[in-house]
Amino acid sequence: MDRSLALLGLMSTGPTHGYDLKNRYDAIFGAARAIAYGQIYSTLARMIRDGLIEQVGQEPGAGPDRKRYAVTSAGRDHLAAWLREADTPSPDLQTNLFAKTVLALLLDDDADALLDLQRRAHLARMRELTHAKAGAALLDRLAIDYALFQIEADLRWIDLTSARLTDIDEEVRHHG
Amino acid sequence: MADPIITASGLTKSFGATAALRGIDLEVARGEVVAVMGPSGSGKSTLIHCLAGVLAPDTGSVAVDGTELTALSADARARFRLERIGFVFQFGQLLPDLTAVENVALPLLMAGARRRDANERSLQWLDRLDLADQAGKSPGDMSGGQAQRVAIARALAPQPSVVFADEPTGSLDSVAAENVLTAMLDVVRESGTTVVLITHDARTAAHADREVIVRDGLLSGTAPVGAR
Repeated sequence: MDRSLALLGLMSTGPTHGYDLKNRYDAIFGAARAIAYGQIYSTLARMIRDGLIEQVGQEPGAGPDRKRYAVTSAGRDHLAAWLREADTPSPDLQTNLFAKTVLALLLDDDADALLDLQRRAHLARMRELTHAKAGAALLDRLAIDYALFQIEADLRWIDLTSARLTDIDEEVRHHG
Repeated sequence: MADPIITASGLTKSFGATAALRGIDLEVARGEVVAVMGPSGSGKSTLIHCLAGVLAPDTGSVAVDGTELTALSADARARFRLERIGFVFQFGQLLPDLTAVENVALPLLMAGARRRDANERSLQWLDRLDLADQAGKSPGDMSGGQAQRVAIARALAPQPSVVFADEPTGSLDSVAAENVLTAMLDVVRESGTTVVLITHDARTAAHADREVIVRDGLLSGTAPVGAR
């Protein structure tokens, strides 16, 4: 998963500061690995440089003043393009698709449509592999079967997630 | 689409208060193999039954190979199905007291073929599906995969315009399923038969030329009839 896009997505729900952003990230995406403060602030600096977010204020905190950031229209376009793009099947796909699904729900975007887009991309890849399997040597067929089973596992996850979107929406809003 | 063999437009169908189909438009090209996918209860079986003329939709139209099914009486639709539509189901469709060749010959005899011609054609279809040595056996003496290939031969023998296959490999293990599916698709592609394949299994759907996904009575990505 591209963590900077996940952070940009979380910021798209409203202006926020780094401390709050870390807590929200860890609550939703940090089950396997929490994000470090250092990475939050370096990512924010990079996104300001790239024009994806801007500083919109400053407020007192326990230590130094906290800067508040908001997503720019360029940032929203960047996020929307990412959400609407199907990923190539790969071992990293699940976490990426998980992030997209959660962010689409948080942003009232059409999570079902993006799962459907990914489903179609997977089915298209499975069709290519199935076509390649016809007439292939046994060892090549075995390798293709392995890839097919991997993609099939992704598809099962997509179907299950699609069926549970309402429940996931409630859960995500609770954390988000 | 240049040469659609199936054209369905604005199909709706309800059972009591349940709207099974809410406005489906679909075209299938001649010789195409299309997978119809979707979760249980999505409406895919109702869709297939409407496309095959088993059910009449509440609104909308279905034309198969130039015949407007929605304009036919129930009897005329039954005749059309016998002559022009083939069906393959998940299991249980072969008559257990008949041999393989007798099972395959049955729809030919019902359509008026003479017994000798029907038997000869049935043997040819069994041979195309590598079942020549099983012709005299009854379904109970065959493996699940062999019985399913007999069912496929029976669906193809009358040379239908379209074959509807509803989870045709759903009762088989993965090796037998792949063998049966490959055998079926080799034969239908060779003969240019159109196939509508209903499946929830992505590996099965991957053998098709394309897939359509039914969800909540609609093709994925489309709006209900009233909202257009």
